[in-house]
Amino acid sequence: MSEATAPVVTAQHALELDELDVVYRVRGRDRQVLRGVTLNVGRGEAYGLVGESGCGKSTAALAIVQYLPRNGFVRSGAIRIDGRDVLALSGAKLRRLRSESVSMVYQNPGAALNPSIRVGKQVAEVFSLRGVGRDEALGHAREALTTVQIADPGSVMERYPHQLSGGMQQRVIIAMALATDPALLILDEPTTGLDATVEAEVLDLVAGLQAELHTSVLFISHNLGVIAKMCDRVGILYAGRLVEEGATETVLNDPRHPYTVGLLRCVPRGGVRKDHGRLDTIPGFLPNLGEELPGCVFTARCPLVEQVCRAVEPPLIDLGSGHASRCHFHERAQSLPRVTAADLVLPAVDRSADPLLRFDDLGKVFKQQGHDVHALVGVSAAIWPGETLGLVGESGSGKTTLARALLGIVQPTSGAVTLDGRDLSGTLGGRSADEMRALQIVFQNPDSALNRRHQVRRILRRSLKKLAGTTGAAAEQRMLELMSSVRLAERYVSARPGQLSGGLKQRLAIARAFAGDPKLVVCDEPTSALDVSVQAAILNLLVELQAQQRVSYLFISHDLGVVRYMSDRIAVLYLGRLMELGPSEVIYSGPHHPYTEALLSAVPTIDGAERERIRLEGDIPSAANPPSGCVFHTRCPRFLGPICVEQEPPLVEVEQDHLMRCHIPLEELRELQAAGSPPARETVAP
Amino acid sequence: MSGMTDAAAGIEPAIGLVPTEAKIARREMLGQLVRSKTFIAGAVLVGWWVFWAIVGARLTPDDPLEITDAILIGPGAGHWFGTDSLGRDVLSRVLAGASDTMKVAPLATLLGIVGGTTLGLITGYFKGWVDEAISRVIDAVLALPLIVIAVTALVALGSSNVTLIIVIGAVFTPIVARTVRAAVLGERELDYVSAAKLRGERAPYIMFAEILPNIIGPIVVEATVRLGYAIFAVAGLTFLGFGVQPPAPDWSLQIADNYTLLNAGTYEWTVLFPAIAIATLIVGVNLIADGLQQVLDR
Repeated sequence: MSEATAPVVTAQHALELDELDVVYRVRGRDRQVLRGVTLNVGRGEAYGLVGESGCGKSTAALAIVQYLPRNGFVRSGAIRIDGRDVLALSGAKLRRLRSESVSMVYQNPGAALNPSIRVGKQVAEVFSLRGVGRDEALGHAREALTTVQIADPGSVMERYPHQLSGGMQQRVIIAMALATDPALLILDEPTTGLDATVEAEVLDLVAGLQAELHTSVLFISHNLGVIAKMCDRVGILYAGRLVEEGATETVLNDPRHPYTVGLLRCVPRGGVRKDHGRLDTIPGFLPNLGEELPGCVFTARCPLVEQVCRAVEPPLIDLGSGHASRCHFHERAQSLPRVTAADLVLPAVDRSADPLLRFDDLGKVFKQQGHDVHALVGVSAAIWPGETLGLVGESGSGKTTLARALLGIVQPTSGAVTLDGRDLSGTLGGRSADEMRALQIVFQNPDSALNRRHQVRRILRRSLKKLAGTTGAAAEQRMLELMSSVRLAERYVSARPGQLSGGLKQRLAIARAFAGDPKLVVCDEPTSALDVSVQAAILNLLVELQAQQRVSYLFISHDLGVVRYMSDRIAVLYLGRLMELGPSEVIYSGPHHPYTEALLSAVPTIDGAERERIRLEGDIPSAANPPSGCVFHTRCPRFLGPICVEQEPPLVEVEQDHLMRCHIPLEELRELQAAGSPPARETVAP
Repeated sequence: MSGMTDAAAGIEPAIGLVPTEAKIARREMLGQLVRSKTFIAGAVLVGWWVFWAIVGARLTPDDPLEITDAILIGPGAGHWFGTDSLGRDVLSRVLAGASDTMKVAPLATLLGIVGGTTLGLITGYFKGWVDEAISRVIDAVLALPLIVIAVTALVALGSSNVTLIIVIGAVFTPIVARTVRAAVLGERELDYVSAAKLRGERAPYIMFAEILPNIIGPIVVEATVRLGYAIFAVAGLTFLGFGVQPPAPDWSLQIADNYTLLNAGTYEWTVLFPAIAIATLIVGVNLIADGLQQVLDR
């Protein structure tokens, strides 16, 4: 930090927010987004800010660096970074503060880098801005990239951002953010778009650097597991109000606000499965932006609500050792009654009968610039009626291609799919109406999956007509039944998707998939775009529909807790190949394939109990040029030796119903995995 | 969850249904249009000429076609815009001169938009060889100067308002098709198209009932831009003698009839006022296009 800007007295906190009110002016009215938020981030501390989308997390981050959208204003309160009043700064002084004292890392690393400037030059810019010469700046850039554990900074500097993987891009951004040794680092959902394995790497990196450099961090996330891993203290934000604050461990293990309790209950964790019952949910919706909330902000959704809650806003009640809750009845918060009854009877899957859908030796080769890209290689499995097959793997492992090949959107290059024992055509055109209605899909992103110009009625009636052949009054009747079965209120029939919340849109998408009484529904990350409380409700709905209609699911998700909750069996894909297939409890408890082991250990858990961490080195190899032998050998933590490089292990049934593709015998894996994480090994050149 | 999402949430409540949100959004868009000075200025100009195109010669001070002895009188009390070489009142001719252009240009635009949208949907939706084939033809057509194609076609087909509409519409079709194709390419990758295929919808339904409603915005903007060019094209072709035929009091015809007088002396009013009329109409249409674009692109 240059002398001119150094504070005279070193401030106690890296960041202080004092009764911060932020409003957005929409249609001539001021709508309050942050309501008197007070929080401090101490020096060298990592502070987590948690809440669902729309609660004001990102607004807080933007306000801190004075980067609010044009209709956003700080109405009252104070923001101090390193003891300096941010609101009093403007022009050059504000720019200097941004360049020297505070850095920000956003969710989408691809959008945060300039696509037309080489990485080296972009990183060097940070130093040039501070008046360092060109060559010296490049030298600093190289050092910065080395700090974020980029193995070959020279070649990375020569590349353009799109030539780097998402994890690598985020490393570059973190390097830039830390380059100026900022007093405060703001991380806004830095790993949300990344695979679990990459996320784990990035989080390890940030945690390591933070410990080393004593940077103060404001970590914004909706993921409680990530917060549990990364943060010393946590603040829970709801409707722009800080409702609970305290040491991370205390808040997560001894929550004292009904909202925190509800959030923790929504997340499927600790091995909970659908046959244990429904997930609990938080009823209702976040209050509308700027709604007048005279009492407690959470009243509308709180099962503990009493008269006093509506009338009197509870103060932030100190519970000792820095733990505080904004609830009149904080001592009762954990006895919050369940909102959703747990009871649910799922018919058992009869695997002695014939499977509903079977695919054998399914392969798909995409032509890409003259190269063959093997997206799927000899994948075989079956799904029985009423069963959920979970599908996991990093992005690029072929999950979506497999799903689309089964549906007939993508034509497989080889292999066969049979439905109820009859061959299915590889293209939609070759499938009968009955076959088409039997296989449906719920997409990841309901905004893309629903035609935004069509009303709910049209969307559902059209599907009923095409899939079930129902028209007229019968269709109207059936449409209302469908809507009630997915709990989409009747008053929405004339609404367009844009008028529905994310959860309601996904309910509509589910209703559409169920219009023709399907036998198998592919769920392609159906909840990854949703908040945890909405996710719980959608998962409950899917399980209920399965219980009622004995529909089968092919359930794709990167969230292993969700997959575990939903699935009877799980298939693990890597580079288009099936690495492991088995009952979900076996897959989770192990012994499991080394790849599965790595996937599982990458997931940050809320419970704090750190799993033995196994890190995968580097990125998933290109499917255009897969490694020889076992395709996983380049990253395998249990690498045996030359056999892995030379010979592809067959997929064998290592125990009943449990298939695995690994040279290491099951018993040996059991011992190895019981012993804990393997020593780091020399990276094998691909 | 990124900064933008939250900022966007500042504009649209993210959670819960507000039943009137669509109506508010539509009203908001109208409100923005009404507040847009650009749009209002354009609407006033175009509205003025639409009015005169409808009422035509019924409200003009004199009969625009009546030939009198009072030739080439300068602008003054009797004839505000003067008279032309046949003694016709220029003001009346300017006011009545909108009618042919205002019929031909919108209809030609409509034809171009309908043709171009259909072609754009087909090329964008099917991609592959269909797209290749049609796109190459479009590129070839666009490589030729517009006026050359139009003049050749009009000479071959004979000049009339109908052929004028067909020729201009046909020339616009590939241009519109390109814009529409680009919009379709973005839409066809969205999952609602896959969902439609998965319930067995045929291509025409997907193109016209699923995709088309989602690309109306760019098509409307393209239509207003095209309308400006259509007026331009009608004026140009008429001036060259291939468009609107005498004795219609069309602006370009007036200019064509009288521009030789500019050499003979100071009879500039015979050309100046019709030229200003053309300019105001084209500028008006372009202002509307700009205003719409600003609102729709948001």
